[in-house]
Amino acid sequence: MALTLKGVTKRVGNAVHIHPTDLTFETGSFNILLGSTLAGKTTLMQLMAGLERPLEGEVWFDGKNVTGMPVQKRNVSMVYQQFINYPNMTVFENIASPLRVARAPEVTIRERVCTMAELLRLTPMLDRLPGALSGGQQQRTAIARALVKDADLVLLDEPLANLDFKLREELRDELPRLFADRNCIVVYATTEPTEALLFGGNTATLFEGSVTQFGPTRQIYRKPNSLLSAEVFSDPPINVMACEKKGDHFEDADGARWTAKGTAAGLSDGPYTLAIRPHFVTPAATGADPVPVSGRVLVTELSGSESIIHFARGGQTWVSQSHGIHAFEVGSEAHLHADFSQALYFAPDGSFAAAGATQS
Amino acid sequence: MNKLQNNKAWLFVLPVFALVAFNAIIPLMTVVNYSVQETFGNNEFFWAGVMWFEEILNSERFHASLGRQAIFTASILAIEMPLGVAIALTMPRKGPWVSVCLVLMALPLLIPWNVVGAMWNIFALPDIGFLGYTLNSLGIDFNFTRQPEDAWFTLILMDVWHWTSLVVLLAYAGLSSIPDAYYQAAKIDGAGSWAIFRYIQLPKLRRVLTIAFLLRFMDSFMIYTEPFVLTGGGPGNSTTLLSIDLVKIALGQFDLGPAAAMSLIYFLIILLLSWVFYTVMTRNEEQ
Repeated sequence: MALTLKGVTKRVGNAVHIHPTDLTFETGSFNILLGSTLAGKTTLMQLMAGLERPLEGEVWFDGKNVTGMPVQKRNVSMVYQQFINYPNMTVFENIASPLRVARAPEVTIRERVCTMAELLRLTPMLDRLPGALSGGQQQRTAIARALVKDADLVLLDEPLANLDFKLREELRDELPRLFADRNCIVVYATTEPTEALLFGGNTATLFEGSVTQFGPTRQIYRKPNSLLSAEVFSDPPINVMACEKKGDHFEDADGARWTAKGTAAGLSDGPYTLAIRPHFVTPAATGADPVPVSGRVLVTELSGSESIIHFARGGQTWVSQSHGIHAFEVGSEAHLHADFSQALYFAPDGSFAAAGATQS
Repeated sequence: MNKLQNNKAWLFVLPVFALVAFNAIIPLMTVVNYSVQETFGNNEFFWAGVMWFEEILNSERFHASLGRQAIFTASILAIEMPLGVAIALTMPRKGPWVSVCLVLMALPLLIPWNVVGAMWNIFALPDIGFLGYTLNSLGIDFNFTRQPEDAWFTLILMDVWHWTSLVVLLAYAGLSSIPDAYYQAAKIDGAGSWAIFRYIQLPKLRRVLTIAFLLRFMDSFMIYTEPFVLTGGGPGNSTTLLSIDLVKIALGQFDLGPAAAMSLIYFLIILLLSWVFYTVMTRNEEQ
């Protein structure tokens, strides 16, 4: 059983919401749609669910073409960013509602609702109205409603975005457990790369209505196929710099030089874009191939155990992320080190070209 | 804990207190003053106690106008609330027609009340009015200046025309504030349009409908200008609502004592009923 999008597109008026997209999700898989706001995550989910009809292309499920089949006839459930529950039904009735629509027998309803409530720690609230619950409990109710029927496809559209930090972490830990023994396809939309890494599974990176890459989450993080995928899958934003390969070394416009190592050594001469994740740019020289980088400090964010320093370098804003407290005066010149063995090189068209020593 | 005593704070409340005193409390006390005294002119007043209140509460005339008032208010609420919600449900949620519909809906609300009365008076005249003439040429004997039922029909129709828009606009605002995700979620659950209305739209509209109901209740219970211009309370006394009766007593007969007592009773009825309605309608929310 699998859900397959074949060349699906969506346009509203002249605005393209989804460019031709091919994706296949297998049963039992946890799939993440990662992209910023307006990247097309929600639209893509609506196309999968059958809430929207694709302009072109087909949606296949379990070997059947389900394009245009209304959502009521598919076995789908969805959780939204807003906490969507029936306002004048109790938590019990809310969780029971999909079963009632399916005309399940009363005994089954009671049993399944209670199991779900137990799993999501809602048992003491079963008689309350959603309005009387906290945000976290309301969202748990919505999740219970989505899980109570054995949906083939469960869509979670930024379900944790409206929760405060602590609740978000709590539910984030619980979610994978809830789906562990389920025979369904889970699709989870998020704007946060960290969330994708925590959940694992597969990730599709989305940018302006196109899937730039799809595959196992960690693999995409390590080996983005394009600069776009790398940029989508990086928080804080990945650092980029234009450089040129000349023989056995690279050079940038400011005159910095470094030796080409790893697969990068085999690249032909010409212009490239180097990208390096913020945590490989640190005050101390670390890693296999530290290269000095410097720039004027713009902003520093110091939390208890981590320093994030934004600095201007060659017309670009760079970010350094390091453990410990490293205070830098705003406006001063910061001298840091980037471990270029972790660098990624992209060709002028944005496609992946080579990696530094450690990456390859 | 030591609280800081600072009586200067009262100074900040003083202006608003003075304003309210000037436009509400002082006039109200004047009415209270009249309601417990008897006067024969020359600015001479005699203590009358609760005499006027007893007289009004026992008067058949008052009972009759209160009854008419209750029937009028109940009728227009029974028509305007569901009709307003129904119209709001059919209005487009997006696109260029939204503003057209909103402006059309707002139009009746922008017309001065006495103009509404005059318009409907002419509109319903049996010989030259479009409505009256049409009804009569269809073979229906319609004359709102002679037949009480026709007068009531015209009166209620006029109020529905004038004020349903208010319910529509409030309900529409309420409907627009429901996120799309609710409709999608209902669709995924397989809910039909009745279930969507019953379990999503109606509960979400509860608050605005409570406000619409209270506004329409209070306004219609105090209605004066439109029926005064339309029927003047007639034929006979058949459309003499409370406020029209009150003005007749106060300014027609110049019975200031009974009129003042009636004003206060009138005021207390509205206050009490509003409180009852509000309490009943918001009762379940607290649970």
